[in-house]
Amino acid sequence: MAIDLDLPTATPDRSAPTPIVITRDYSTPDRVFRLGVRLSGLGVFALLVAIGIFLFYQGWPAFQQAGWHYFTRSGFQTLGAHPSFGVLASLVGTVEVAFVAMLVGAPVAICTALFLSEYAPLKTRRSLIAIVDLAAAIPSIIFGLWAFFELQPNIVGFSAWLSRHLAFIPFFKVTSPPLNASIFIAGLVVGIMIVPIVASICREVFSLAPPGEREAALALGASRWQMIRTVVLPFGRGGMIGAVMLGLGRALEETIAVSIILGGSFTLSAHILQHGGSTISQLIAINFGSGGKLGLHDLLLAGFVLFILTLIINLAASAIVNRSRSGAGIDL
Amino acid sequence: MIPDAITQTAPEGVLVKTTSASTQSVPVHETVTPGPVPASGGAQPPSAPRPRRLPSPIRPSAFGVQDVLILVAAAVSSLCLVWIVFYQLTSLSGGLGFLVCWYLGFLALTWFGTFQMIERQVATDRVVAVVVVSAALLVVALVVFIVAWVAYKAVPTIHWGSLFTKDQGNFQVSDPTALDHVGILHAIVGTFEQVGIAVLLGVPFAVATAVYLNEVKGWGSKTVRTVVTAMSGTPSVVAGIFLYSMLILTGVIGYSGVAASLALTVVLLPSVTRVVEEVLRVVPSGLREASQALGAPEWRTVWSVVLPTARSGVVTAVLLGIARIVGETAPLLFTAFGSQRLNWNPLAGDQGALPLVIWSDIRQANQVLIDIAFQAAFVLISIVLILFVLARIFSRPKGRKGGRTSRARPDDDDFMARIFLPVPIEESTQ
Repeated sequence: MAIDLDLPTATPDRSAPTPIVITRDYSTPDRVFRLGVRLSGLGVFALLVAIGIFLFYQGWPAFQQAGWHYFTRSGFQTLGAHPSFGVLASLVGTVEVAFVAMLVGAPVAICTALFLSEYAPLKTRRSLIAIVDLAAAIPSIIFGLWAFFELQPNIVGFSAWLSRHLAFIPFFKVTSPPLNASIFIAGLVVGIMIVPIVASICREVFSLAPPGEREAALALGASRWQMIRTVVLPFGRGGMIGAVMLGLGRALEETIAVSIILGGSFTLSAHILQHGGSTISQLIAINFGSGGKLGLHDLLLAGFVLFILTLIINLAASAIVNRSRSGAGIDL
Repeated sequence: MIPDAITQTAPEGVLVKTTSASTQSVPVHETVTPGPVPASGGAQPPSAPRPRRLPSPIRPSAFGVQDVLILVAAAVSSLCLVWIVFYQLTSLSGGLGFLVCWYLGFLALTWFGTFQMIERQVATDRVVAVVVVSAALLVVALVVFIVAWVAYKAVPTIHWGSLFTKDQGNFQVSDPTALDHVGILHAIVGTFEQVGIAVLLGVPFAVATAVYLNEVKGWGSKTVRTVVTAMSGTPSVVAGIFLYSMLILTGVIGYSGVAASLALTVVLLPSVTRVVEEVLRVVPSGLREASQALGAPEWRTVWSVVLPTARSGVVTAVLLGIARIVGETAPLLFTAFGSQRLNWNPLAGDQGALPLVIWSDIRQANQVLIDIAFQAAFVLISIVLILFVLARIFSRPKGRKGGRTSRARPDDDDFMARIFLPVPIEESTQ
C-alpha cells in the first residue's frame, strides 16, 4: 500500500491522485481459519436451537394429551387409563422459591458487593473477593447437603417463630404443621447460592463508577454512604438490575439443592413456611423414570417450559448488563 | 480603638480571645496572630474581614474510641432490651428470631447513639457501614463454615485404605465394618472421565467461538454473543434431559459416561466461551496491529500473538469451567445414571460420579451410606478448591514492570506463582 501525500512542494502541475481502493484479500489458510471459527460460533447457535426443538418435539405428545390444561393442573399421574398431570403447582413453586431467594439473596449480595468495592481494606480485598468467588464455585449439591443436615434443623424454629408472630401476613400462615421441607427453606438455600453470582457482577459494575465523580462527591463533603448513594448506585443501577435478574435466572433453574430439600407434593399453596411444594426442575429430577412413556414426555415438556422461562429472563438480564458496561478494548 | 485592644496584648502566635466590650460588634471569637502585628494603630477599619477559625469538621471516616464505645453500647443495650421484650414482657421465642431482633435493635440504637453523640449524617453513614460489613462477613463466614463443615463431617469417618481403592458394589446393609469394604473409586473414575471428555470436547469449541466473537467478528457475531450469554443461563437439568431426549431416547447410545460428558459440555461451553472472550478483549490491540503490520496472516496473529498473550486467562477460564461442571449433578441423573460398580469404559454402561454418590446416598437411612456421601462431598469440594486455587494462581497479574500490583504482594505468593505459571516470570525487579 502506497501512501500518497499531496505536498505543496511536490510538482504543482500534477494531476489529482487517483484514490486507492484498499481491499482485504484473505489467503487460503486465513479463509479456512475464518470459516472454522465461524462454524464453531454457528455451532453454539445451532446447539441452543437444537435444545429448544428437541425438548419441544419430545414434549409434544404430553401437550397433545393434556392440552392447555397442562398449565392449569398440577400433578404427575401419567400411568393408568386417566392420566392427569400439569405444571401449575411446580411453576408457582418455582416462582415462589425464586422470590424468596431474591428477597434474601439480592440485598445481601448488593451489600457484599458494596463492601468488596468500597469498604474492604485494600490489603484484604483480594482475598475476600477470592472467598466470595469460591462460594460461586461450590457445587450446588454441597449446598444441598449442608442445607439438609445443618440449615434445615436450625431454621425450622425460625419458621415456627415467623408463623407464630407474623401469621397475619398470608404467606407466613401455616395450615398443616410440619415445617420442614418447605418452599421457604428451599428459597433460603437458593438465596445463599445466588449471592456470589449477583455480588461479583455488582462489584464489577460498582468499580466502574467514575473516580472523578466519586472524588468530587467526597470533596464536597459527602460521607461515604452519601458518595455511594449519589455516585456509585446511580451509575451501577442498570448493572445491578441485570445482576439481580441473572441471579433470578439461576434461582429459577436450581435443581439439586431444591430437590434435596423439597419433598415433592403438588399442593398449590401460598403458605411458603409449611411442608410441601415443588419446582419444575425438582419435578424433573425427582420423577425421572417413574412415569412411563407419557411421564417422560411430560417431564420433557416441563423442561421446555423451564428452558423458555430462563431464556427470557437471561436474555433480558444480559441486555441490561451489557448496556451498562462499555465493551471498549484496551489500547497499548 | 478596636485594633489597639488586639495589638496591645498579642504576643507572637498566641490565640487571643477578645473579650472586651468594644469588640462585640466584630463577629470574631478567636483570632490567630501568625506573626508580629504591624503596629499601625487605626489602619484597619473595624469592619474588615478577619481570619476566622472554623469549627473542626466532622469526619465520618474518623473512627475512634468513642465510636467503638457507641457500637459496643448499642450492642449490649439492644441485647438487654430485646431480651427483656422477648422473654419478660412477651413470650416470643426462638433462637434465630432473637438474633434477628437483636441485630435490628443494634442497628436502631447505633443510629440513635451516633445521632445523639455526633450528627445525623454520620449516624446514617455508620449504620450503612455496619449493614454492609455484616452482610459481607456473613457471606464469608458462611463459605468458610460450609467448607469446614463438610471436612469436619467427612474426615473422621474416612477409611483411607478403602476410600480410593474400592467401589460401592459389595456394600451390605447389615455389615458393621462396611466402611472397610466400600469406597468411591467408581465415582472418582467416572467423574474424571466424564469431565475430561467434556473438557476435550468443549474447550477447543469454546476457544474457537471466543476467537470468532472477538477476533474475526463479522456477520452474526452479535447474535452468537447473545446466544452464548443466554445459553450460559440454560438450566443444567435442561442440558441433561436434552441429551437424554436426543441420544438416549432415540437409541443412539445408552446411559454412559460419554453421554454425561456431552451434557456437561453443554454446560461448560457457554461459560468458558464468555470468560475467554473477556480475556481476549483485554489483549492490547496494539499487539494485533503490530503482528498484522509485520505481515502475519490473521490465523497466525491469533495463534502466535493473541492466544499466547491471553494464555493465563484462558487457563483460568478452563480451570473455573472444570470447577463449575465437576459438581454438576442434574445433567448426570439422565445420562450417566449412576452405578455402584466401577466402570472404566466411558462409552458403554452406566457410570458413577461423585455428585451422584452424594445424591443417591444422602437420604438413605444407613449411617455408612451417609458417611460415604459426606466423604464424596469432601473429595468433591477438595477438587473444586484445588482447581480454584490453581485458577487464582494463573489469573494473578504477572506484570511487574509497572510495579503497581506486584509490590504489594508478599513474596511467598510469587514463589507459588513461579511453580505453576506456564511461562517463567521475568525478573525485572531489582
